[in-house]
Amino acid sequence: MSITVIYTIVTLVVIGAAAAVILYFVAQKFKVYEDPRIDEVEGALPGANCGGCGFAGCRAFAEACVGASELNDLNCPVGGNDTMSGVASILGLEAVQQDPRMAFIRCNGTCDHRPKTSSFDGAGTCAIASSVYSGESDCQYGCLGYGDCFDACDFDAIVMHPETGIPEIIDDKCVACGACVEACPKDLIELRKKMPKNRKVVVACRNMDKGGVAKKACEVACIGCSKCFKECPFDAITMENNLAYIDSDKCKLCRKCVPVCPTNAIQELNFPPRKVKPAEKEECTTT
Amino acid sequence: MLKTFKIGGVHPPENKLSKDKAIEVLPLPQKVFIPVAQHIGAPATPVVKRGDVVKVGQVIAKSRSFVSTNIHSSVSGKVTKVDFSADSSGYPKHGIFIDVEGDEWEETIDRTETLVKDITIDGPAIIQKIQDAGIVGLGGATFPTHVKLVPPQGMKAEVLLINGVECEPYLTSDHRLMLEKADEIMVGIQLLMKAMNVEKAVIGIENNKPDAIKLLSEKCKEYKGLSVVALKVQYPQGGEKQLINAVTGKEVPSGALPIAVGAVVSNVGTAFAVYEAIQKNKPLFERVVTITGKGVSKPANFKVRVGTATSELVEAAGGLPEDTGKIISGGPMMGRAISSLDIPVTKGTSGILLMQEKESSRQEVLNCIRCSRCTNVCPMGLEPYLLMTLGEKQIFDRAEKERVMDCIECGSCSYTCPSSRPLLDYIRFGKGKVGQIIRSRKK
Repeated sequence: MSITVIYTIVTLVVIGAAAAVILYFVAQKFKVYEDPRIDEVEGALPGANCGGCGFAGCRAFAEACVGASELNDLNCPVGGNDTMSGVASILGLEAVQQDPRMAFIRCNGTCDHRPKTSSFDGAGTCAIASSVYSGESDCQYGCLGYGDCFDACDFDAIVMHPETGIPEIIDDKCVACGACVEACPKDLIELRKKMPKNRKVVVACRNMDKGGVAKKACEVACIGCSKCFKECPFDAITMENNLAYIDSDKCKLCRKCVPVCPTNAIQELNFPPRKVKPAEKEECTTT
Repeated sequence: MLKTFKIGGVHPPENKLSKDKAIEVLPLPQKVFIPVAQHIGAPATPVVKRGDVVKVGQVIAKSRSFVSTNIHSSVSGKVTKVDFSADSSGYPKHGIFIDVEGDEWEETIDRTETLVKDITIDGPAIIQKIQDAGIVGLGGATFPTHVKLVPPQGMKAEVLLINGVECEPYLTSDHRLMLEKADEIMVGIQLLMKAMNVEKAVIGIENNKPDAIKLLSEKCKEYKGLSVVALKVQYPQGGEKQLINAVTGKEVPSGALPIAVGAVVSNVGTAFAVYEAIQKNKPLFERVVTITGKGVSKPANFKVRVGTATSELVEAAGGLPEDTGKIISGGPMMGRAISSLDIPVTKGTSGILLMQEKESSRQEVLNCIRCSRCTNVCPMGLEPYLLMTLGEKQIFDRAEKERVMDCIECGSCSYTCPSSRPLLDYIRFGKGKVGQIIRSRKK
């Protein structure tokens, strides 16, 4: 073995040892203490990084959980109560049960119900269309159908109906992250309390025009007649700006409001067929 | 060689179909809808209520802030309601509905055609009168004129530029006005000069209007400090910054107002409105509107009362052609497609263009081929392809750095794109969002 090889090995060993010593001291000097529970909590989270909790990703949420003294305001809508109990047990805090929620699109203005009065051929996103004009029908509140919510959904829970052009939410896939709520420029999507078997009684309309104007623009518009408001035994319905709204936290799914609605703006979904008036039910849930 | 602005620009087919048609007076409509927001700035507050009888020229909505203007009744009759009605975008706008009865004008208005040359009032009084008369920039931007005439602290206007460019294809309302009301425009310019205390005014006119250039050049000899500059035909020369660059050679810095280079720009239509407001005591309630299009049987220039429905104009021009694809309020480059014929003519409506189906429909969007035509034609020296991507991907901080706020929305990029990409759609979207971000930062 030549002397060159020996020198090389010795030099490299010396450099390596010196670097190791330097790195050790640097690492000690600049050490950042991180609570090991953050990693643990992050591991318990779904890892979708959807932002549904209001934080920038799961790690930020985990940090917030570890730093919090109670979990009242913190909720991972994707994981739900199981995940939050897991997080609570890691942190030794009390788990807070939250009602699971799911998205609902408050517009049923399909082409059959809402005649087109103009057409738009600009760039096809809801954000652009809504900034330049009110929509292809006379209803300025309704769904534009360019699918900004579809693009925003990370969970494949929204599909654009091929015939009506109105998005539909697949209840089982929706995790209530709220990305679609943010994306909709018409503010049509609402996160409602999840009921057993995904049952819903909802006003599928956001039209705040007076009755005549609303009805002219769309057959299934809420005309603000207040019949449902008077019918509701649980005070779940409020009237504001010519528009009825059913509070999902108060609604007991009695369905008394559905038959009184003169325009079929109130929808009942995922219920078994009604015995008395099957025809009416069919009309209400065609889409 | 003729002057023009230095960077970018396009030259679309001119199609000035109505340039030889003298201005006609459109018959009074049965009813009008007068929006209270016809200008940039705060909407005016209605001061009439249902059942009130109004005269032509009466104030029906008052401005409550500096950047805002009064709205006057364009007809005489009874106010039927003060309510909302859809504007060109389809969104409801507040306004006043009036049923027309007769044509009774306010007594103070001088309805004769005699030219009043003598200027009897001083600068501040002129500005006050312009404000009271509800005058806005009639080139299309509808910025309140009295605001423009008061320069910010420490700045001084040196030259008044009068915009007679009318670079939009099809439109001829300014051209006709220059030919028929040349003397009045001259007096209007004198009034504006006095209000701003400037010695020099230059009228910029594109070379496709040789008759107007000749006429106004002759008239200029009678007045002090006035001159006409013939400009090479190039869109968007009517843009404020482009016109300044074309006439004076100066460049307005990014984000600054024209006053930064000592210039104030006003349209010829505005100059005429100023003449009428001060010499004839007539507030702004009517304007010249071009109604045109390749399929239109009688393209024309009409003097129209504000608030008249678009359908009245279309009827007067021979009805709606069958192959109409889009109805555009304004010119083909910067105008807006309207969704209903009920939409009224406002102070900013320079023309109604009925575009044929094949002319107006958009082509299939293809991929960007990096040909750089959009960057070559952009009159503001921006990179439209990049700004479009930034708008599409919603990267607004980068868009702000790439000066998206400098975009004047002239549409040259979309016009020239061989792949028919909707450049301006996305840029305008990005500009709107960046504007919101900047405003929220200031708060």
